[in-house]
Amino acid sequence: MSDAAAPPPDSGVPPVAQTGPDDKKRFNSQGLIVSIITTTIAFLVGGLVVLATGHDPFGTYRAIFNGTGVTWLIPGYGDRAASATNFQQTLLETTPLILCGLAVAFAFRCGMFNIGGQGQYFAGSYAALIFGSYWGGIPGPAHIVLCIALAIVAGAAWGGIAGFLKATTGAHEVISTIMLNWIAIWIGTYFFGLQGPFVSSQYSPISNTIVGNVHLPVFWGDPVLQGLHIGFFIAIGALVVFWAILNRTTLGFEVRAVGFNPEAARYSGINVKRNYFLAMAISGAFAGLAGGIDILGWQFQIATPDILVSSVGFLGIAVALLGRNSAIGVFFAALLFGALTVGTSSRQLDPSVFDPQLAGNLTLIIQGLVVLFVGADLLVLSIWKSRKKLSFRRKASET
Amino acid sequence: MTAAPITPERTKHWSEWVAAKHIAIVGIVLGMTGGWIALPPVAVRTVTIPLFLSILAIAAGIWAVARDVKRPGWGAIAAGIFGITLALLALQSSDPHLRSVFTWGTLIAATLRYATPLTYGALGGLVSERSGVVNIALEGMMLMGCFFGIWGSATTGSWVGGLLIAMAVGGLTAFIYGIFAIHFRADQIVGGTAVNFLAVGITGYLFIQIYGSNGTPDLTNAESIPDVHLSFLGNGFFGQVLGQLNLMIWLVFALLFVVYFLVFKTSIGLRLRAVGEHPRAADTVGIDVYLTRYIAVTISGVLAAMGGAYLSIGFVHSFNENMTEGRGFIALAALIFGKWRPFGAFGAACLFGFSTALAYAVPSAYTDSASSILRSGALFQTLPYILTLVAVAGVIGRSVAPAADGKPYVKQ
Repeated sequence: MSDAAAPPPDSGVPPVAQTGPDDKKRFNSQGLIVSIITTTIAFLVGGLVVLATGHDPFGTYRAIFNGTGVTWLIPGYGDRAASATNFQQTLLETTPLILCGLAVAFAFRCGMFNIGGQGQYFAGSYAALIFGSYWGGIPGPAHIVLCIALAIVAGAAWGGIAGFLKATTGAHEVISTIMLNWIAIWIGTYFFGLQGPFVSSQYSPISNTIVGNVHLPVFWGDPVLQGLHIGFFIAIGALVVFWAILNRTTLGFEVRAVGFNPEAARYSGINVKRNYFLAMAISGAFAGLAGGIDILGWQFQIATPDILVSSVGFLGIAVALLGRNSAIGVFFAALLFGALTVGTSSRQLDPSVFDPQLAGNLTLIIQGLVVLFVGADLLVLSIWKSRKKLSFRRKASET
Repeated sequence: MTAAPITPERTKHWSEWVAAKHIAIVGIVLGMTGGWIALPPVAVRTVTIPLFLSILAIAAGIWAVARDVKRPGWGAIAAGIFGITLALLALQSSDPHLRSVFTWGTLIAATLRYATPLTYGALGGLVSERSGVVNIALEGMMLMGCFFGIWGSATTGSWVGGLLIAMAVGGLTAFIYGIFAIHFRADQIVGGTAVNFLAVGITGYLFIQIYGSNGTPDLTNAESIPDVHLSFLGNGFFGQVLGQLNLMIWLVFALLFVVYFLVFKTSIGLRLRAVGEHPRAADTVGIDVYLTRYIAVTISGVLAAMGGAYLSIGFVHSFNENMTEGRGFIALAALIFGKWRPFGAFGAACLFGFSTALAYAVPSAYTDSASSILRSGALFQTLPYILTLVAVAGVIGRSVAPAADGKPYVKQ
């Protein structure tokens, strides 16, 4: 391959891979320790913020925790029906987070930082919404498969643009994906806004609603009031697909080789540019799937004011980093952030304990702290080691 | 059989190249003219002349590209497409609408207003990246400047206080980012993204905590950064462009020269650039790499926060959550597009600012248009982002970053 021989031009911003977490640290005990310490520090600092602004951190965290419905997992504890409903919401929120986490993680494994999960998520949800609100004559299952396939394609295309630009011109994916996020936001504002082609009425900026037979079946909870739909299993399936692509295919091997060291990969005959493009397209496919599932599973329509508020794609970054870019890690990190999102939502959190609007921003702060500290594993590991040293000294002084 | 036969060939080749380049430049001018005459003050109401000029421009471009003069050639083709697009768009609007929107004077003044926060950000990025620290966190520092500018202004009752508090908070944010990027050698892209998230969370949290859902208070005159009124310029073109610009815009003009002089003409700047190009060598001759980088990163935060403060208390006069809307990243793109030089970055910022100004001005020309795309105006808002995408994709590879940019330095 002749185009594999020429290095991509210097984009001016360094590739993430060279300084990112290496393969060995991915999800062994050390990686787990970094993730746990990171989460602890993030929640501690978040609690300090709550305390400093004159609220009760313990009461706040307890209220958030009770709202997540995680107590459902403890048999015989609390109000079973209420915690079941809340836990359905948590898993409902976990579903797109798993997929958006995978979208970031896959690009990471190829040495790229995909901040464009949000835009790729929108691409998928727009595609699912537009095709789900027409063609009512197609039988349900076929229509669902078609909409999900189109959502995947739309997400892959949106991510693929950034991959293509990086491969051909060296444009750094961080800048290009952020720009693509904003372009996706404004396209959605046009599509579903007042003058747009897919708006439901001329008085409110809300899109058409998808037809009834394209709703994903609900298997747990009330099918009308946001029960848990089968999209959850699609996300679990995507975790397996993610693992299988990376660890059981040639493509996955090449992607990891490029992520580990693009120069070495190039010298061993791997087409680095092709892998940049494919990795971003696959990343986008995961995020697009998330958008499609959310539309078909519980949103059913898009209100343009909600487009600017959505942050599931950005949460995917924290999910991927906290999960050390591994399938199993992404699952648990997505569960954590899914629970946090539900626990801080205005439906779950009692405003007399803590204002849900504040809590939503608290989630953003915790998310930022997680990303900050996971990125600095040198610091986190040194904290861990100094703790070991302290306990060792204590033992020495006791003898 | 000496060197004699080579000389005529080389001369011929050289002259051919120049000719193709000149033709391409003429093509660029023709394409631009095609667009320009479709707009006021000329405003030809026919597509023939712009179409003719654009075809000439594209032909010149293709001719040049075929002779391997690629950059000017593609430029001419782009100018041709730009010209005819502009002409077609202009014809979609009625003449009086067009004349109300396209006053070049107000359009250029708006360009400067939109370019100013980008220029502050780009200057901040320049100082940081010249020292070898990539600053993806410009967006977050700018947002901190937005919020603390308005909070400080409302609290102290004076815009000076607001600006100073914004600068202090921006510097502090950058310093904390510096600790992670420099001392803990965190991945600078990941760390910068974390700071961006934190900034959204912290400003959003404090905004709700302090102002609730009522929004920020209306600023009094003392609390807004004042405009500089130059009434002697009159109402002509210069009056429209320069007559009523915000103080912060004039300040950024001055800062451009200051940064240029400091970074490229003084020994301090030489040290800064040495640290960014080859930290090991700089360390060997006794420059404190870490200290230099800390100072540079902190200054970059101060500058980005000034851009943010301009946005909130000089321009929009309110704060809303995540109001920077990717401007920090566009500033970064302007820096790359401007080849890590102050005036280059300013030029790029003006280009992006112009696209934003157009995006806000153009929809009002189409309020009675038959096409929903033109009437809605939402798609015009993608213009600055698309342009940034094109610029970053088009220029990179010809724009070389400081050699040690983004690489943590380990002391020995």
